[in-house]
Amino acid sequence: MLEVKNIQTYYGNIQAIKGISLEISEGEIITLIGANGAGKTTTLMSISGIVPPKFGDILFMGEPLQELSPNQIVALGISQVPEGRRIFPYLTVMENLDMGAFLRNDTDEIQKDLEYIFDLFPILAERRHQSGGTLSGGEQQMLAVARALMARPRLLLLDEPSLGLAPLIVKQIFKIIRKINQENKTTIFLVEQNANLALQVAHRGYVMENGRITLSDTSQNLLANEDVKKAYLGI
Amino acid sequence: MFRFSEIKKSFLVALWLMFLTFPIMVIRVNTIYKTIEWRWERMFMVGIGAFFLSFLWRYLHKKKEAGEKKAEEAGTLPLAQRLIKNRQFSIPAAIGLGIFIIAFPFIFSMYQTNIMTTALIYVVVGLGLNIVVGLAGLLDLGYVAFYAVGAYSYALLNHHFGLGFWAALPIGATFAFLFGVILGFPVLRLRGDYLAIVTLGFGEIIRLILENWNAFSFGPSGIANIPRPGFFGMDLSLSQSITYVYFLMIGMAIFTIFVVKRLQDSRLGRAWIALREDEVACQAMGIDKTRTKLSAFALGATWAGIGGVVFAAKTTFINPASFTIWESIIILCIVVLGGMGSVLGVIFGALVLILLPEYLRAFSEYRMLIFGATLVTMMVFRPGGIITDVRKTYKFKGLKDKQPTV
Ligand SMILES: Nc1ncnc2c1ncn2[C@@H]1O[C@H](COP(=O)(O)OP(=O)(O)O)[C@@H](O)[C@H]1O
Ligand SMILES: [Mg+2]
Repeated sequence: MLEVKNIQTYYGNIQAIKGISLEISEGEIITLIGANGAGKTTTLMSISGIVPPKFGDILFMGEPLQELSPNQIVALGISQVPEGRRIFPYLTVMENLDMGAFLRNDTDEIQKDLEYIFDLFPILAERRHQSGGTLSGGEQQMLAVARALMARPRLLLLDEPSLGLAPLIVKQIFKIIRKINQENKTTIFLVEQNANLALQVAHRGYVMENGRITLSDTSQNLLANEDVKKAYLGI
Repeated sequence: MFRFSEIKKSFLVALWLMFLTFPIMVIRVNTIYKTIEWRWERMFMVGIGAFFLSFLWRYLHKKKEAGEKKAEEAGTLPLAQRLIKNRQFSIPAAIGLGIFIIAFPFIFSMYQTNIMTTALIYVVVGLGLNIVVGLAGLLDLGYVAFYAVGAYSYALLNHHFGLGFWAALPIGATFAFLFGVILGFPVLRLRGDYLAIVTLGFGEIIRLILENWNAFSFGPSGIANIPRPGFFGMDLSLSQSITYVYFLMIGMAIFTIFVVKRLQDSRLGRAWIALREDEVACQAMGIDKTRTKLSAFALGATWAGIGGVVFAAKTTFINPASFTIWESIIILCIVVLGGMGSVLGVIFGALVLILLPEYLRAFSEYRMLIFGATLVTMMVFRPGGIITDVRKTYKFKGLKDKQPTV
C-alpha cells in the first residue's frame, strides 16, 4: 500500500533522514521505534508531505506522493495524528472533529463516521461542546485520533500517541488503535518511543537510529532480539 | 499596601519620570532673548504626581487581577456577553440603538454626522482587517495600501471615464481583492514578524508609487472634485448629501457585519481560526495553507477597498498623505483594542479610536498624549480588548471530576 524508497529529508541544511526505505501492506499495523531525535517524526512528515523529502520516492497505492501538497495527500487517504496531539484549543470538540472532515462533502457519511467515533470514544460525545484546550491530556489524544479518523483515512499515521499519558490511558488508546485496525481495515503506521507497547500491537516493526533504519522484522522477533531488548525495552 | 518596597518602587518610578520629562518639562529656550528658563518647580510636580499615580496604578492592577480570578472561579461570561444574552436588556437596547442611529443626523450637526460617517468607514475597514489579523492571525501592517487602492480606483475611474460611485464600488472592491491576491501570494510564506515587516514595506511602496508616479496618480497634489455618491440622479445639497452618505455607511456597516459573521461561522472561517492556532495540524487535516491564508488576506483587502471608495466619495479629495503607515496602525489598533476576532469589539474599537481624538480636540496639544495614555491603560487592564472574543476565554470547567493523573 505504501512504499517508501530511499528517502532523504532535510531541515534546511540539516539532514534528518539519511536514506530510509519501508513498506506497508494494506490492513497492517506497522510500528517505527527509535530514540528521541532518531527521525521518526520526520519520516511521518515526509509521508504526509508537510516536510517533503529531497530525494527518493514515496508511492501510495502506486501513486507517487512527493510532488503532491499535504492537502492532496490527505485527499488520497493518508491522515496524520501529529506528535503532541496538536488539537485546536479554542475550537470545541465538535469543531475539531469537523476540521478533520475538512475535505469531505458527504454530509450523511460524515454523520455516520461521527457516530462511530462517539462510539469509540464516548468521552468525546460527553465533551462535544467543550473547547479542546479544556480537555485532559488523554482526552486530547483521543480527540486527535478521532479528528484524523474523520477524514476516513486508508492509512493512519500516528506519532507517539502514548506521549505524556498515564499508563492506564495509554492502554485504552492502544486498544482503540487495534480496534480501528480490525473493524475498519484501516492500515496503521505507528511511531513510538514506547517500544514494548508498540511491538505488542504491531504486526511488524522498524527500528530507527540517527536517520537510518537499522532493523526490520516481525514484532515477535524484535521483542526477542537482544539488541532491541537492551536498547528499547530496558530488559 | 504601604510597605517599604512599594514606596521604593514608586520613588524610583518618580525619579525615572522626572529624568525622562526633564527636557520638555523643565528647560524652556527663549529664542527671542536667547535665554534658558529653568522651571524646576515643574520637575517636582512631575515627581510627586508620578509617585502617587504609580501607587494608584498598582492598586488598580492588583484589583483587576483579583477580579479576574474571581470571575474565573465563578465561570461567568464577560459583562458584554452577559448583557447580549439577557433578552430583557438586549431587545430594548437594540430598539433604542436603532432609533438613535436613525435620528443621529437629524439631532446632531453636520460636523458630528461627518465624524460619525468616518467612524463607520473605520468600522467597515476594521472588520476587514479583523479577518486578516483577528481570525487568520496574519499581522498585516500594510493594510492601508488596499484602502488606497479602493480610493484611487474610484477617483481615477471617475476622472478618466466619468464612472459614478455605484459603478466604482464593486470595481474598487475587485481591484483591492486582486491586489490582495497579488501581494499576498509572495508574502504569505512568511510568518509573524517577517510577514509584518514585508506587508509594512508593501504598504509604503504603494504610497510611494502614488506619490511619485505623477502621470498616473497626480502625485502629492492628489485628485480633487470627486463626486459624492449619487441618489437616483437627484441633486443633493451638502447637508442632504452628508446625511445620505451617513445612512449609506450605516447600511454598509450592517452588511459588513452580516457577511463577516457568516464568514466567521463558515468552514472557511473555522479554517482561518485553526490556521492561526496550529499550522502543522491544519496541514495534517488537509487544509491548503497558502490558499486559506490568501483568501483571508484578499477578503480583508476587499473591505478595505470598499472603505476606500466611500472615503474618496465622502471627502471628495484624496492624496497619498491619507494613506500613510499611521493609518494602518490606527486600523490595527481598532482591531487589537476592540478585541481581536470579535465583531462587536471592532465596532467599539472604531468608535472609540476615531471619535475620541475628535472630541479631544479641546485639549489640543495634549490630544495625542491622552490618546496614547488611553491605549496603554487599555492594554494593561484589558489585554484581550474591550470585548474579548468568547472563543478566547474558555474556562477550565469539568476538569475537577476527573482523575488528576490524566
Ligand atoms: N523543525 C526542525 N528544524 C530543524 N531540525 C529539526 C526539526 N525537527 C527535527 N529536527 C531534527 O531532525 C532530527 C530528527 O528529529 P525527529 O524526526 O523529530 O525525531 P524523533 O521524532 O524520532 O524524535 C533531530 O536531530 C532533530 O533535531
Ligand atoms: Mg518525534
